[in-house]
Amino acid sequence: MGRYLTKRVLFILVSLFFIVTLTFFLMKAAPGGPFTTEKGIPPEIKQGLREFYGLDNPWYQQYFDYLVSVAQWDFGPSFKYKGQSVNDIISRSFPVSLILGLEAVFIALGFGVLFGCIAALRHNRLADYAAMVIAVFGISVPNFILASLLQYIFALKLNWLPVARFEGWEYTILPAVALSAMPLAFVARLMRSSMLEELGSDYVKTAKAKGIKQSVVTYRHAIRNAIMPVVSYLGPLLAAILTGSFVVEKIFGIPGLGNEFVTSITNRDYTTIMGVTVFYSVLLLFSILIVDIIYGLIDPRIKLSGGKGK
Amino acid sequence: MEKNHVLEVNDLKVSFDTYGGEVQAVRGVNFHLKKSETLAIVGESGSGKSVTAQSIMQLIPQPPGRFKGGSVIFNDEDLTKKSTKQMEAIRGKDIGMIFQDPMTSLNPTMTVGRQIMEGMIKHQNLSKAEASERALELLNLVGIPNPEARLKQYPHQFSGGMRQRAVIAIALACNPKVLIADEPTTALDVTIQAQILDLMRELQDKFETAIILITHDLGVVANMAQRVAVMYGGKIVETGTVDELFYGAKHPYTWGLLASMPKLGSEDEDLLAIPGTPPDLADPPKGCPFAARCPHAMKVCTEQMPEYTELSETQKTACWLLDERAPKVEAPEAARIGG
Amino acid sequence: MQQQPLSDDLFRPVERDAEEAEKIAGPSLSYWKDAWRRFKKNKLALFGIIVLLILTFMAIFGSAISGYNYHNTSLINANQSPSGEHWFGTDALGRDMFSRTWYGARISLFIGLTAAIIDIIIGMIWGAVAGFVGGKVDEYMMRIADVLIGIPYLLVVILLMVVMEPGLFTIIIAMTLTGWINMARIVRGQVLSMKSDEYVMAARSLGASTPRVLFRHLIPNTLGEILVTLTLTIPNAIFTEAFLSYLGLGVPAPMASWGTMSSEGVKAMQYYPWELFFPAFFICLTMLAFNVIGDGMRDSLDPKERR
Repeated sequence: MGRYLTKRVLFILVSLFFIVTLTFFLMKAAPGGPFTTEKGIPPEIKQGLREFYGLDNPWYQQYFDYLVSVAQWDFGPSFKYKGQSVNDIISRSFPVSLILGLEAVFIALGFGVLFGCIAALRHNRLADYAAMVIAVFGISVPNFILASLLQYIFALKLNWLPVARFEGWEYTILPAVALSAMPLAFVARLMRSSMLEELGSDYVKTAKAKGIKQSVVTYRHAIRNAIMPVVSYLGPLLAAILTGSFVVEKIFGIPGLGNEFVTSITNRDYTTIMGVTVFYSVLLLFSILIVDIIYGLIDPRIKLSGGKGK
Repeated sequence: MEKNHVLEVNDLKVSFDTYGGEVQAVRGVNFHLKKSETLAIVGESGSGKSVTAQSIMQLIPQPPGRFKGGSVIFNDEDLTKKSTKQMEAIRGKDIGMIFQDPMTSLNPTMTVGRQIMEGMIKHQNLSKAEASERALELLNLVGIPNPEARLKQYPHQFSGGMRQRAVIAIALACNPKVLIADEPTTALDVTIQAQILDLMRELQDKFETAIILITHDLGVVANMAQRVAVMYGGKIVETGTVDELFYGAKHPYTWGLLASMPKLGSEDEDLLAIPGTPPDLADPPKGCPFAARCPHAMKVCTEQMPEYTELSETQKTACWLLDERAPKVEAPEAARIGG
Repeated sequence: MQQQPLSDDLFRPVERDAEEAEKIAGPSLSYWKDAWRRFKKNKLALFGIIVLLILTFMAIFGSAISGYNYHNTSLINANQSPSGEHWFGTDALGRDMFSRTWYGARISLFIGLTAAIIDIIIGMIWGAVAGFVGGKVDEYMMRIADVLIGIPYLLVVILLMVVMEPGLFTIIIAMTLTGWINMARIVRGQVLSMKSDEYVMAARSLGASTPRVLFRHLIPNTLGEILVTLTLTIPNAIFTEAFLSYLGLGVPAPMASWGTMSSEGVKAMQYYPWELFFPAFFICLTMLAFNVIGDGMRDSLDPKERR
């Protein structure tokens, strides 16, 4: 376990090093970026940048300083907002995104697993087709279209839910649903096919031959094994929800990190783009590590030691 | 139901609905099982023997499976008429089952101990502690060393032979009257095969369990069974005691099976294979299913299914060669045991 | 059984040669024929193929049919609803939505297809070299892939799009930069298993040459997975492009893709819903088509499903 963790963390650090390097040199190459001393930048910000990046230093010095400050979890000043650091922006807006994201994860997992199980248990019957039609639509509709449609129908036309902003629980329903649609569809499909496979497996027959009830066989034996592929899909699921948040937060006017990120892209707020990218990468890479550890804990066949199996 | 019979299968018919149409996997099978005997059902893959076994337990998934007729009599009751709930009370308690592949027939994410205890807790109302006690005994009984530790382990920590022992422990957990073993040794190494067969015989003596042994291996049959039923194309073509079939088989398919069996000390270098492939049961022949591959086939064989000829109290054969109008054909040299 | 009188001549042995005995069970089909036979049974997948063919045809010829081109603006005719004159209506700048929709189809499908093909080419070369050479080379190549796959895909794409000159090929480059890794892993896995699989050993011991092993065993066995991956990569790329368009990082005007059109349409949704409906409908239809084709292919190529 210890060896496994060390190895994985090492890999994550290498990946992060690549990302930081990539962002640094891309920003350096960007026309009108923080490293070109163009006009039109307010003097206060210029001063902040000069202090943080040492714009008069040679590039390798800048690069090295940037690596060090990122390692110290300092992403420097914003390129567009006076007196704000990227860290400020993250710590202000990320909690909002986290709430929304977790809500979406639970919706996606809960309903995805439920739909998948129902579809498998009612294989080739109405419920199966219904669940799979929902799943196919979830995969086929781009999330910004879905989010806009949900907002239009349920908030503007039917007036059931608030249109936008983030002022209470009911404000999170539409965005969380929009955010979870695609991962939910994936989970449902994954769960259905793995459940079908498990239900036809020999150990399920053995359990039935013991006289165990179908429902007990399903939840005690089949689901537990069928959920494994869903657990290994958690990494991509988190990534999908994270990138989905860019669009969904924008549409619903939620003051989360996704919204800030999109704003920084439109504003060409380069330092914020850099910092948030690195932050997201750290978040995703460590979430995936946690997912893998959980996977190892619930699947007795996997021992987390040394290298990964092929 | 005759007095010393524990199980009777009468005219069982089971089909499967597939893309290619209805496949008649079992087409009218009759046999019975006596107390504490072993009946072997022999045939190649696709002959319907596994479907027969699973139909006894009502384990055929429906759909795509479809029960088309016949009865399975156990304790004077027809199992085909039982509700799912009633069957659940019988499975594992009165009839146990062992599947072919020990690698896949245990749940990989549940400890072996729990898998053994599951049935006992359900059928015998044992507490967890009592069931655990009994599971320990069972593991001891099936010859798994260090059972206390093994109880808490997962299947992947067991070798193939050990797993099959655990599967047997599961099947025997509630002392069933009938044990259905579907190719219990096919997936195992030869040396392990012998151990598992010995174990099954030993436990059979101890608990007086009647066994239906499904296999394609005549060596296993000779080792274990008292009676044999030979299945081909969804039908039983010949049945009799082991001696009768090994030394006095009358059906050309049984001859073929015997000829394809390796013999110790024999000088013959080649094993004889039966040429051809089994009939397509989506469109079963109206005559004898073996006619297409039978070296002695006559016109009548493709026209009409032969009736059973009772050759003795125990031996019955369905073959037109036994009709008085047919030419006399002797069993080929290769089909003689110890000849 | 009904006993009818049987004539004696029915009991004459039948002469038959051995060859005939071998031919009794159903005709054996080759792998691809069998897969195709099963695929055809899947009506949904067949529907997907037909939809794609129609969409491709319209992407090539559609924008020429209406008599308007995709970029001519006409502010007097702005935001007109669908009519006999403008079949899909017009957008905020009075451009004909019908010809824009099919022009957008061309761009979207082109991006999807090109990105997928580049992914497959790079992935196949990387995976095949790693698999065939093996040893240290394989280890390093796969380590590099491991590190690259650790980098969140969309973040890299966004980052590149922010910095690079906007354009069609920028999008394709950004998307393929790390997109090929999946393909490389699949191909490498196939090559490795091919090197050790019993059927290849058997083929080799029967004297099959390397090209023969390659063409008879590796390619047929990998092709199925490559095709399935293709049906996932193309819609994924179209999706990514639409997502980038929404962030304002899509193809630059006057070019239009379904992505840029629907992100413009979203803004006008309340008043001029057709401006969203047509591009969004065709994105969804394309996704749907690729998804059902992918599912159909996976099912029909899986040997376990043979019956």
